[in-house]
Amino acid sequence: MKNTLEILGRYFLLMRKVFTRPDKRSIFFKQFFTDIEKLVINSIPIVAVISVFIGAVIVIQTASNIESPFIPKMYVGYMARESLVLEFCSTMIALILAGKVGSNISSEIGSMRISEQIDAMDMMGVNSANYLILPKIAAATLFNPLLMLFSFMLGLVGGALIIFITGIVTMSQYVDGLHYAFRSYYIFYSMIKMSVFSYVITSISSFYGYYASGGSLGVGKSSTKAIVVSSVMILVANLVITQLMLG
Amino acid sequence: MIKVEKLNKFFGEKQVLKDISISYEPGKCSLIIGASGSGKTVLLKSLVGLHNPESGNIWYGDVNFSTLDENGRKEIRKEIGMLFQGSALFDFATVEENIRFPMDFFTDWSNEQKLERVNFCLKRVNLINVNKLYPNELSGGMQKRVGIARAIALNPKYLFCDEPNSGLDPHTSILIDQLIAEITQEYNITTIVNTHDMNSVMEIGDQVSFIHKGEKVWEGNSNDILTSDNPELNEFVFANNMAKRMKELMQKGQVI
Repeated sequence: MKNTLEILGRYFLLMRKVFTRPDKRSIFFKQFFTDIEKLVINSIPIVAVISVFIGAVIVIQTASNIESPFIPKMYVGYMARESLVLEFCSTMIALILAGKVGSNISSEIGSMRISEQIDAMDMMGVNSANYLILPKIAAATLFNPLLMLFSFMLGLVGGALIIFITGIVTMSQYVDGLHYAFRSYYIFYSMIKMSVFSYVITSISSFYGYYASGGSLGVGKSSTKAIVVSSVMILVANLVITQLMLG
Repeated sequence: MIKVEKLNKFFGEKQVLKDISISYEPGKCSLIIGASGSGKTVLLKSLVGLHNPESGNIWYGDVNFSTLDENGRKEIRKEIGMLFQGSALFDFATVEENIRFPMDFFTDWSNEQKLERVNFCLKRVNLINVNKLYPNELSGGMQKRVGIARAIALNPKYLFCDEPNSGLDPHTSILIDQLIAEITQEYNITTIVNTHDMNSVMEIGDQVSFIHKGEKVWEGNSNDILTSDNPELNEFVFANNMAKRMKELMQKGQVI
């Protein structure tokens, strides 16, 4: 318990250092655009592949579970859309990003810590936490919701592809389902979730990297902790946001 | 001028620095020597604020560094250059970008002025045509030189070097030592070097402080060190067989 409180205290102290005005705006924006590329654009391929396949799988599973003739087949499209927008495209993608982006951030910052690069920045009078972490948080929090939209669209495309290949339902039934009882609020809800999850991933991974110690073994341990803690916190945040926005 | 007064530092229950008091003068290479784990690096890092001592004062000129907040320390740190043990060059940046880094943050120079300064610093450490290389493309000695170039980029008043010779061959070590000594005299910098290399002590030790188990037990210069009767210092200085043999010959009057 004492240990958990100590970790929480250190986390908030670090965040206080992170959320200060950058020393130079031009340097911040340079880092910000670099981090958009590293954290968001470079995640597009993995998100695309997973989204297409999961979209296809959801369509097959839903179609194969509708046995009653009283349930219209268009519900396959409806269920696929709701599953994708409510949970898969934000929570599942965030959990995947916690692994990919989280380990990248914690190992990069952790390596800088153990090779004294962070000390060198502090020594020069540079706020290393602000310089290294704030652009990452800003890039992921602002742009990962777009990644969620991209994932949603590709999930629907994946569903359409499997219908085109297998003919499990007709394309018009699928499209009707996609249009049925559409609530744009769910898109907003999912984008908000993705934004919060992105903050969780980047801040927690940066925290574990920033305080890494014990050589390369320590960097490995901090990466693992970053992924585990980020994943658990994503699930907790998911519950809280869902209760607040849909409950 | 840097003045250290009664500095004490603890890690948990363990006291790693005990009542350290030393003065460092400009234009001199002041060395902190001692065995591994004696507290040299903790002392050096305490001097620059990377560790916060529990008690004692560190004066940079008339300013008490120990009582300053982060913003106050930032102003002093702009006047400090530091060479780290592993060079601590930024992996993500080229040599040129590494040296430009402090300029980007703390000057309003144009790109041409920055490039001119980068090239000047590189020339000063005898490196040419390495601007676009990344740190992992450089040898250990070259990395140290780039580290020195970055440390002097903003014309520091104070230069700190943490084990500048670690991992280098004897010839390159001497070159790095000479470079540090030259820069110190040329720009009248207050230089503090942390080392356990006796060659460095003999080459550039204008002032030498010996730290043993967190305490400063001896202070003098490179000439005094061989004739000291401090048992801990003698054990450290004459640790290897060559040094022991030399001491025997000195005692017999065969070596002066």
